[in-house]
Amino acid sequence: MAEENVKEKVVDIICKLLEVPREKVTMEARYAEDLGADSLDTAELVLEFEDVFKISVPEDAEGRIRTVGETVKFIEEELAKKKAMAS
Amino acid sequence: METFLDLGGRVAVVTGGARGIGAEICRLLHSLGACIATMDLNREGVEALAAELSAKGPKAAGYGVNVADPAQVEAAAEAVLKDFGKVDVLVNNAGITRDNVLIRMTDEAWDLVLNVHLKGTFLMTRAFARPMLRARKGAIVNMASVVGIMGNAGQANYSAAKGGIIALTKTSAKEFAGRGIRVNAVAPGYIATDMTAAMSQEARDAMLKVVPLGRPGTVSDVASAVAFLASDRAGYITGQVLQVCGGMLM
Ligand SMILES: NC(=O)c1ccc[n+]([C@@H]2O[C@H](COP(=O)([O-])OP(=O)(O)OC[C@H]3O[C@@H](n4cnc5c(N)ncnc54)[C@H](O)[C@@H]3O)[C@@H](O)[C@H]2O)c1
Repeated sequence: MAEENVKEKVVDIICKLLEVPREKVTMEARYAEDLGADSLDTAELVLEFEDVFKISVPEDAEGRIRTVGETVKFIEEELAKKKAMAS
Repeated sequence: METFLDLGGRVAVVTGGARGIGAEICRLLHSLGACIATMDLNREGVEALAAELSAKGPKAAGYGVNVADPAQVEAAAEAVLKDFGKVDVLVNNAGITRDNVLIRMTDEAWDLVLNVHLKGTFLMTRAFARPMLRARKGAIVNMASVVGIMGNAGQANYSAAKGGIIALTKTSAKEFAGRGIRVNAVAPGYIATDMTAAMSQEARDAMLKVVPLGRPGTVSDVASAVAFLASDRAGYITGQVLQVCGGMLM
């Protein structure tokens, strides 16, 4: 999956699930503080990312991912790892 | 004519549907218009019931599932979404008993009963809440028991499991309330089923003495309460335990 693609998909998912306008979903936006997500929202987001990108997000990773940009970076790294494993 | 309880177009998942209270819940929800997906250890049992229901109304399907097994529950959730496209109602009813006085109760009897009731309810809720969360709508009804509130000599495992189900009901009600999902429990008292037919006549007589309405409950008494809580008529009710016990506990 190309870089732009991941970013776009992540933003799509966030907009839909949190019902926030696109312009609010910047790479710096924090889930709780800027996007108004509660703990169930973030849990739903994690499940959605896992499904869409076919990755698994360990519990300890959840604490490290606080912004949209960090999410995109994490997913790209996971996808790269998966690709490396497959080849 | 508009009926008081209408589940037309809804998809209801019911565990332990092969017999007893679960089978009656399937029948009643189906007669109110719901499609039924029912799972039980007894696969032939739920398949037969589903065939009977499908033949005379909305779609129904039976699945052989052990609700205490995480992989089987996950697979069942996938199968139901594939077969029915959505889930509106979840009824966690499957259950067993392994009675004994506490000091004679084995680890196996404890683990088995806790796993089927409490873990099973947790696993099913975790798996089936997702489509409901997505839809921002749903109703979950968990089968508790009055012994989960008042205790019962000889049922340490069972009463602990049912008490746990009540706490789980309240917690999931709080977690899901903001998403339009209601979670309630039904707590039957002494209901005439295969489960209670196994009791001694003496134990049954003793039971009836403490039931003000003076008769054992029927599977239909319990199913009616479940249908109400599963329907939009109970739209302002969540986190509650509805006792269906002939006044045995007040
Ligand atoms: N009968 C009563 O007096 C009474 C009173 C209070 C509560 N309850 C509760 O009502 C529910 C139904 O009871 P019932 O009297 O109809 O019992 P039942 O034994 O007649 O039926 C229970 C069904 O659950 C199924 N089941 C058992 N373990 C399972 C598992 N691991 N995975 C999937 N299915 C499983 C069984 O195969 C059976 O079809 C139970 O939760 C029970 O604790 C019953």
